[in-house]
Amino acid sequence: MIEFRLDAHSRVATYTQLVQQVKQAVRLGRLDPGDRLPAVREVAESLAINPNTVLKAYRELELAGVVEARAGVGTFVRAPARRLLVNQAALERELSTWVRRARAAGWEREDLVALVEETMRAAFSDNERENLA
Amino acid sequence: MSIALETTGLGKRYGRQWALGDCTLSLPVGRVAALVGPNGAGKTTLLHLIAGLAQPDAGHVRVFDQALVNNTEVLARVGFVAQDSPLYLDFTVADLLTMGARLNRRWDTDLARARLARVDIPLDKPTGKLSGGQRAQVALALAMAKRPDLLLLDEPVASLDPLARREFLQALMGSVAEDGTTVLLSSHIVGDLERACDYLIVLHTARVQVLGGVDELLASHKILVGLRRETADVAGTAGVAAVVKQSHAGKQTTLLVRTDGPIHDPAWTVEDVSLEDFVLAYLANSDAGTLPGPSRRGAST
Repeated sequence: MIEFRLDAHSRVATYTQLVQQVKQAVRLGRLDPGDRLPAVREVAESLAINPNTVLKAYRELELAGVVEARAGVGTFVRAPARRLLVNQAALERELSTWVRRARAAGWEREDLVALVEETMRAAFSDNERENLA
Repeated sequence: MSIALETTGLGKRYGRQWALGDCTLSLPVGRVAALVGPNGAGKTTLLHLIAGLAQPDAGHVRVFDQALVNNTEVLARVGFVAQDSPLYLDFTVADLLTMGARLNRRWDTDLARARLARVDIPLDKPTGKLSGGQRAQVALALAMAKRPDLLLLDEPVASLDPLARREFLQALMGSVAEDGTTVLLSSHIVGDLERACDYLIVLHTARVQVLGGVDELLASHKILVGLRRETADVAGTAGVAAVVKQSHAGKQTTLLVRTDGPIHDPAWTVEDVSLEDFVLAYLANSDAGTLPGPSRRGAST
């Protein structure tokens, strides 16, 4: 069973955080097909969040084909493990080497996050502009 | 979409001062609404009018599509927890449950006991001996024992410490998920409520300033950061419907805008707005307002 947690300082919408956590748990094998997601009431109560937010997340996961709702029983993981992304292992290795180097050079976590976000923003906005052009 | 609560041109006067004026709003069934505004904005007055504890001097209230005046049937469906959870302090929690059972048509003692057990409240203690957080839990359990379809809470978390506040919101969200109750709760702070509420009513100097679903409101507002410029130049930017708040520091201008389309102007970095920033921006600018079409419906009748 997955235990949700929320990043209080994140700008990412609460329901998106829930969706991402389920997808990630499935991807990493912490949730297997057939596993049940916690009931909406349990999630709403433990995180002190609006039940509609949980419903919205579960609906989105259902639309994405990750889970299926069985009336009166609960919501269950459906997706078979996602295929590996192209070059995933190599990219993971390079990234973790890079992070280790930055830490060894005295970079703080926040510095790293800021740099990654800035780089991603630049990369993806170039990409969008190309797509528009 | 059915409507739990509707007020039309609602007003209440104390002496010559209108504590609430021309208040027109509606709240769909199943929503958890935050009623936000500075002290003295009329939040408590509005809640008292909806709970039937005060009579309006103008306009009217409809709850589940029924007029509220002298309507005990519909009032039985409304639960109300006043500020600071007032309880009879000499009574034990069990006494209060017995009293509630005798005084209310609809009452679920077992449900209240189960919920109080879940938060470890002793039933045999006088409520005066409980902590503030525990008293708030008792008041909530009593209000929910009535199985209300509409629950009104006046500043439920204001006097609680952060831990008690979280525990209260956990219990409230659990109850709402179980019973599907529509909730209207007032607060002068938003931070804690950001994740609990999915509907927002901002009351400012006795008037409704903002009304709508939280997701929709936040989706239609953005923060723009860019090189310093005058506001007049901003108004023409495609996608900007109105500037709610602006600040200038050094070479930088930061705006909170209401949008009517995507903003592609590369001069601006576009960011999402948090609920807290959103509310503060509107409270600081009483000329700005955003109300959906349907809420205006009753204004002319």
